[in-house]
Amino acid sequence: MGMTIAEKILARHAGKDVVRPGELITARIDMVLGNDITSPLAISEFKKIGVDRVFDKDRIALVPDHFTPNKDIKSAEQSKLLREFAREHQITYYFEVGRMGIEHALLPEEGLALPGEIIIGADSHTCTYGALGALSTGVGSTDMAAAMALGEAWFKVPSTLKFIFNGKLQPWVSGKDLILYLIGKIGVDGALYRSMEFWGEIISSLSMDSRLAMCNMAIEAGAKCGIIEPDEITLDYVTARAKRSFEPVYADKDAEYEKVYTFNGDEIEPQVAFPHLPENTRGISEVGEVRLDQVVIGSCTNGRMEDLRIAAEILRGKKVHRDVRLLIIPGTQNIVRQAMREGLLDIFIAAEAVVSTPTCGPCLGGHMGILANGERALATTNRNFVGRMGHPGSEVYLSNPAIAAASAIAGKICAPGEVA
Amino acid sequence: MQGHVWKFGNDIDTDAIIPARYLNTSDPAELAKHLMEDADESFPSKVKAGDIIVALKNFGCGSSREHAPIAIKAGGVACVIAHSFARIFYRNAINIGLPILESPEAAEKIEQGHEVRVDLASGTIENLSTGEVYQAAPFPPFMQTIMDKGGLIGYVKWRLESEKS
Repeated sequence: MGMTIAEKILARHAGKDVVRPGELITARIDMVLGNDITSPLAISEFKKIGVDRVFDKDRIALVPDHFTPNKDIKSAEQSKLLREFAREHQITYYFEVGRMGIEHALLPEEGLALPGEIIIGADSHTCTYGALGALSTGVGSTDMAAAMALGEAWFKVPSTLKFIFNGKLQPWVSGKDLILYLIGKIGVDGALYRSMEFWGEIISSLSMDSRLAMCNMAIEAGAKCGIIEPDEITLDYVTARAKRSFEPVYADKDAEYEKVYTFNGDEIEPQVAFPHLPENTRGISEVGEVRLDQVVIGSCTNGRMEDLRIAAEILRGKKVHRDVRLLIIPGTQNIVRQAMREGLLDIFIAAEAVVSTPTCGPCLGGHMGILANGERALATTNRNFVGRMGHPGSEVYLSNPAIAAASAIAGKICAPGEVA
Repeated sequence: MQGHVWKFGNDIDTDAIIPARYLNTSDPAELAKHLMEDADESFPSKVKAGDIIVALKNFGCGSSREHAPIAIKAGGVACVIAHSFARIFYRNAINIGLPILESPEAAEKIEQGHEVRVDLASGTIENLSTGEVYQAAPFPPFMQTIMDKGGLIGYVKWRLESEKS
């Protein structure tokens, strides 16, 4: 009996020929990631272990992205801890403000997340790199500390769910919609403790940015990871930028899946998740009248070039509705620059949107666009929990960048066709 | 251990346990002041040392923030019992030594205000208010060892020591 992608990657990193779901193993880690919220705790736990050095200064990435550029004195102190630790241990991939980006937009771009690798990060959206054929998963600060000391972590081998998307992608539908649709079908714990694998003709034709958006939200179904088997699109993306050698891992033909789901992509329209869970999804045609105070385009889910290009296509020559604030947050400095070269920033500012430096900012109610009581936002982010973007009495709806851009113009949630 | 129960529903996320607006610190006492604030505003003033949280499915879903189990522990909560836990929360609780038990039956039947007694070693949960007894699955030996060492850091130190000798 063969193995799934997650099983094969775990087996290889545990020095075993075979692993099976449920088995507890210790595996070698290719990359350890932390940000300005989770790393300070990890650093204090690391110090308790009593080792002098980190296991490998080239295999740790520290990215101050959540409350940066620092929003207050306390968060400045947190970032300072990160910076000092990076200097002390000569961490190669510490990304200072000005060179940083939102961590899960940044690491793939920098070639620091590669096919066949195991990457753990003290951030739940570390699962993003499954789009590159890696087993990447979110952990807590203590796991990060232990991995910085030892270069390994413990895992329970997950069973795997296979999701096949047949048919053709419909207009304005992206990876974001596929994952929202899927979460709407299986629920926010529908893949709890599992590895998800995404297959089918739609996935094969999906751009890398769309794949990254899709795998980014595997955690929103409770999964350990969401993986797409490496193909030509993957190798084209990683080959030019890889900072290390890597070896892609492919699923065995006779791999055993706990369950196989098949979806017809012809029937999937752009999705909107209603408050207060990502599983509360509706097709755009069934949304009804939802007026908005704020729209956010950005985050580790949808702050990449493809997202900005789509938003610009819709916003070109238009104005944001007078009652709406539109915030656009490119994911990395490179993306800001590319958007500038392509004239996208000019389109956004002409449309009377705000363009921000890369930050997680409003996605988690940190800064740069917090909601007041009773306010309603549509965001291309990943979570719409109570109080996620500010006051517990505010509301967050989730969508792709096309719906978000159109809705910012209309002042209510709508499809791009309604503002064309 | 024995304690008074605070009952919560399905999908209690880490933003409800400790909202991100308070994550500019990792001081446990500071975090505990805002424990479960967005789910129940008066919770931090009501919860007492030794109390027990009981919740339904997918407790701790969302962010990887270890601040969530830390706030629960610092708030004096002795143990969390749930139908199921989100996986990062589950790992974090074990890694920092916050006792957690998975028991769908206990999660379903225990109500707000009940008094329960928990034996962590055997996974037995006794509902003193109704007389019912529920059984949680025991931890695999590896995870039990981590908890016996007071969490992952204690475990790693112990392992490094034993490799030296």
